[in-house]
Order: sequence, then structure tokens, then C-alpha cells
Amino acid sequence: MEIYSLTLTQAREKLARGEITSLQLTEAVLFRINQVEDRIRAYLHLDREGALARAEEADRLREQGRAGDLLGIPLSVKDVLCTRTMPTTCGSRMLENFTPPYDATVIERLNQAGAVILGKVAMDEFAMGSTSENCAFQVPVNPWKEGYVTGGSSGGSAAAVAADECFASLGSDTGGSIRQPASLCGIVGMKPTYGRVSRYGLVAFASSLDQVGPMTRDVADCALMMNVIAGYDHRDSTSINREVPDYTRALVDGMEGIRIGIPAEYFGDGLDPEVERSVRRGIDMLREAGAEIVEVSLPHTRYCVAVYYLIAPAEASSNLARYDGVRYGFRDQDARTLIDMYRASRSRGFGDEVKRRILIGTYALSAGYYDAYYKKASQVRTLITDDFRQAFARCDLLVSPVCPTPAWKIGEKSDDPLAMYLSDILTISANLAGIPAISVPCGFSSDGLPIGMQMQAAHFNEEVLLRAAHNLEQRAGVVGTKPELA
Amino acid sequence: MKITREEVEHVARLARLDLTPEEAERMTGQLDTILNYVAKLDEVDTTGVGETTHSQRVTNAFREDEVRPSLAREKALANAPADNGEAFVVPKIIS
Repeated sequence: MEIYSLTLTQAREKLARGEITSLQLTEAVLFRINQVEDRIRAYLHLDREGALARAEEADRLREQGRAGDLLGIPLSVKDVLCTRTMPTTCGSRMLENFTPPYDATVIERLNQAGAVILGKVAMDEFAMGSTSENCAFQVPVNPWKEGYVTGGSSGGSAAAVAADECFASLGSDTGGSIRQPASLCGIVGMKPTYGRVSRYGLVAFASSLDQVGPMTRDVADCALMMNVIAGYDHRDSTSINREVPDYTRALVDGMEGIRIGIPAEYFGDGLDPEVERSVRRGIDMLREAGAEIVEVSLPHTRYCVAVYYLIAPAEASSNLARYDGVRYGFRDQDARTLIDMYRASRSRGFGDEVKRRILIGTYALSAGYYDAYYKKASQVRTLITDDFRQAFARCDLLVSPVCPTPAWKIGEKSDDPLAMYLSDILTISANLAGIPAISVPCGFSSDGLPIGMQMQAAHFNEEVLLRAAHNLEQRAGVVGTKPELA
Repeated sequence: MKITREEVEHVARLARLDLTPEEAERMTGQLDTILNYVAKLDEVDTTGVGETTHSQRVTNAFREDEVRPSLAREKALANAPADNGEAFVVPKIIS
């Protein structure tokens, strides 16, 4: 096996044992990127020289006896996270030439842990989309099948991890943007509890829903990344001051004493039969591992897409008001008056999906419609959260598919916004309730496309998710299967 | 019809977006479809149900009011589309 195909945990062990150097590891990954990037198109910005310098520094530090959870490990990050030394475009023309004056807290944490950040990867513009087709610069392609979507919005992260173009990546998840591309590209992706990971320096889409999380080749790597990024940050007033466990210790063999709830509403109409079969087989494996399986109900699930597509655009319309061409971002230089400059800069800087969501959000918050739309959605959000509270009184975690179908062809849904929104139906509720959720590979379709299982747990119960995901991974035998590239 | 083209154009003005006639027409159709879909929330009885604006029941996050270093001016201006070394420069506001 080539060293770029190792898991993060394996690479870390080889580095610790002195079998390889970070420079060799980084050169191998850069070679891999050269080899497959024309096909994958994940990287918006690749900092080769910076990465090699960081790798040499990591090797020096190791010689001096210094350690770090990610010392010398090459990673990528979604282009929604602010990086002082690299552009941060959010996949938008609006921020095409923007290099932030500071690092996001999670970037600081990666750097403190010694990571080698290779570059920034593609995403739907401002994280709005389910396929990464809304990226203004390039559309990443599913490593498992030419011409198929990676999912989104963290599609570049998922594709880069699956294609061995980095050992892990950070994504962001507002309605499934980590879990869904992880599922469609056959990797592990976790959306932590809201408040578990700092959002400082994460470019805001919908602030009450956004959360940063790891995208990795396996569950052990996910736990390791969580150890590095989780924790309180005084610069994010919504981050929660609560002790961070060692997540790698959650990977216990066996599921004895764990009760798994199967929500009937997540196995409804529109679920691809192959996805259902694969997930049900995974449930059987968890039962064989010792888990008890119970049926539960989340009766308001059918309203989650409607709630989400009012609340997320409402928050987005407010957050994206900052892009006015004054302090940073694109400015239309021909505009003669201030108002004209605002309008021209925003109209030329934003793509279609972003404009559509700003319009929905502005409408839902506007005088005369606020009660009917935003307030109503916020009330139903309470009912969705209550559904979870009642379900978690009866079980430790909920198991379901991540996405109703495997990956689809690029272009297939891009003209039908509502059809695209409905593909998020199984992932949105976790964001509305703020609970943690993980996507783990559990099988393949007859076309050879990956299928993922979603697990959701109560607030701050990431550990039970990692344990269940680890047990599924041990039995499903899917992790380690690689797409054939180059 | 949940939304008319005039309403879409009004909302676009509020959001400081210019729509071409073609865009306005297309967005009206798409927004109408989406608003028809979200109207299913009307089925839900929300009498007496509180609003969730934040998934964690956190109230105010207070900290000590201490002076800390802030972003240096040259860094704040580094991404400015136009500046004079001290401030952001914008087109004339009052004619």
C-alpha cells in the first residue's frame, strides 16, 4: 500500500516509530494530488511550498522530542474556514480575493497539534447546496464514479479524503453538509453537538445551525480529530464550556447495554431500496454486536425540510448582509452611488442559490410574513427537538440512512431547487435540534456507489456515536475499500 | 400563487439585489414552489409552543469587560476594495 493511502492513525504511528518522516508523507500526498486532481477537482488552493516547509518543521520538532496529536500529518480544510496564510473564498466570487486577517479557532488548534495544512477544498457557495455544484470555481467529482456528485456542501473535503489527497479534512454542517458528502463518498463524517466546536472564523451561513466537524477515512481518525478541535472558545459565545473527553477511548468493542432506536419516519417514501437494504444489514450487525434494537417515532420529521428552508435562509439573509463591497469582498467599481454599489456588488458577487436563499429569508422575515413563516418554523423546530428528547428517553442513539439515495449525476437536480432541498430530509433535524450525528460507510449500491449509515445521539453524546460507528465499521468491512483512480 | 413577481422584486430591493427580468421571472416560479411546500407547516398546531432560536438553552454568555488587543488598522484595511490608509472609501452617499 502507498503511504498516502494510510489512515491518519496509521500514519501517526509510523511517524512516531520513525518509519517515515512527515516530509516523505507530505511529498507522497502531493504526488497523489498531482496524480488524481484532474479527475477529482477538490482543491481550490494548494500550498505546496508551505506544506513542505511545515512538514520539515514537524520533522525537526519530532527530533527534538516534541509531540502533537497531528504532528506532521497533511490535512485539507473546507474553504469556509478562515486561514491567515491562504485565501478563503467560501466557493464564491464575492470572496475570490479574500485572505482573512486571522485564523479560525479550529485552524489554530490544527496548527497547535502540528498538522500540515495542504490547502483549501471546494464547497457549495457559502455552504449552500447539497452537491458542491454551486461552487463558483470548480465542481468536485465523486471519486467512486466519473460524472457523479460528491454531495455537499463539504464535497471537496469528502472527495479529497476518499481519493487519498489528504489524511483528513474539516468540513462544516448546517443541514447535513458533512454527513451527506461523507456518505456519498464512502468516508466517515461527524457533526458534533452545537457548541462543542468553536465557530470563530467559520464564515457564517446559519449561525444557530452551523457546526465544524471532522471528515476522515475511519472512525478512529474521527475520534482523534475530535480530540483536537473540540472545546470551549471565549471568542464564540455559543461554544459551551464543558470538559472534552478523550474520544479515542470511546471505541469500545461490543454494543452490550446500548439501545438503538429505529425511527420509522426515516425509512419512508423515496428511500432507495438498495440504501434501505444496506442500512438494515448494518442494523443487524449492530444487533449481533450486542445492541438492543427498538422502534421509535419522530412524528414531526415530515416538517423538517420546511422548517429548515425557512430558518436557514432567514439567518443567511441576515448574515450575508455584510457582503456590501465596503470592507472586503467584491466591489463593483463602476457604481456611482453607495446604494448602487451595494446592489451591483451583491448582484455580481453572489451566485443563484445564494440569491435564492437571501430572497426566501428576507421574505420570511419581512413585515407581515414574520409570524406566518419564521415564527411558525421556530415553533415547529421546538416540536422537532421535543421528538428527539422523547426518543432519547427510550434509546441511546438513532440509526437511519444519511441520504435517501446514493450519489447522482452532476446536473441531474441542479435546475430543481426543491428536489435538491428534499435530498437533505434525513440530516436536517440534527441541526435543528443541535444534537451530534455521524455518517459511517455501511455498504455499496449495485453501481458501486457508497452508502452511509447515520447515527444520532443526545447532546454531547458523541462517544456513543463513535462506539456504535466503530462496531459497525468492524463488521461491515467497508472501510479500507478504495475507489479505483489513476 | 404564494408570491408574485412584484413581491419578489420588492424583496430583492430590500436585500439590495438587482434581478434581471429573466432572473425575476425564474426566481418567482422557484420561490412560489418553495413557499407552497413550506405551507405544510400550517397543518401543525403550534398553539402555546415556544420558539426555538438556539438549540442549547444558553442565556447570556458574559465575560469580564477587559481591554484586549484588537485587529490592527492596516490588517483591517488589507482586504478593502478602496481605502485611504486610514478608512474605507466608498462612493458619495449624498449628492
